[in-house]
Amino acid sequence: MKLLYFAWVRERIGRAGETLELPAEIRTVADLVAWLKTRGPEYAEAFARPDLVRAAINQEHVKPDAPIAGAREIAFFPPVTGG
Amino acid sequence: MSVRVQADDFDASHEIAALTANRTDIGAIVTFTGTVRGEAKGKSIASMTLEHYPGMTEAELERVEAEAHARWPLDATRIIHRFGELKPGANIVLVVTASRHRQAAFEAAEYLMDYLKSRAPFWKKETAADGTGNWVDARETDEAALARWNLPVKPTPGVKPAG
Repeated sequence: MKLLYFAWVRERIGRAGETLELPAEIRTVADLVAWLKTRGPEYAEAFARPDLVRAAINQEHVKPDAPIAGAREIAFFPPVTGG
Repeated sequence: MSVRVQADDFDASHEIAALTANRTDIGAIVTFTGTVRGEAKGKSIASMTLEHYPGMTEAELERVEAEAHARWPLDATRIIHRFGELKPGANIVLVVTASRHRQAAFEAAEYLMDYLKSRAPFWKKETAADGTGNWVDARETDEAALARWNLPVKPTPGVKPAG
């Protein structure tokens, strides 16, 4: 699965993205966040406040309970601040 | 394509001219330009860096634009948003709406800005004069600004507001 990170999520994890083999039991975005948090202190720090991290699947905003089946690309980022 | 995401600056009057060239049906043009403030929370800002999500940014701006066209009788719209490092005073975002009458143009411009701010994947990082960086927090007032658009404000067919 292709994962992308932006803004301070990217800075805390230390990379802009990566391709990871996900365990089959990961069904939702929230499952993926919980699993990522176990991968190391940088992930634990990036996802310390899951309520402050937003997600997009295939470049569309999704909620934490969104299923990841069929996803080509999942992105994690802080609330947006453009405009 | 009326949505552009670019590092380069833009010129609002040039965009208006391009949007309205050879058209006589348009009676109202509203533009909004967002620029970089030189201070934040009492501290002076050396620069503002805008990060974005290439691909999703354009898609999200096009979705917001399509929603505005579905909601108001707009003749033309343009959205330009810059990314990269910007100095205080520099342009960040341009929204242009054109319609037969002013009400639709005013309302749609505000709607576009409110939705763009809450959905387009851009993130601002301020760099202070001493080089320290700070990611700008999302404002709760921006979320609150969206709430009013949930009302059914679609213009009544046949009712033409004064131009």
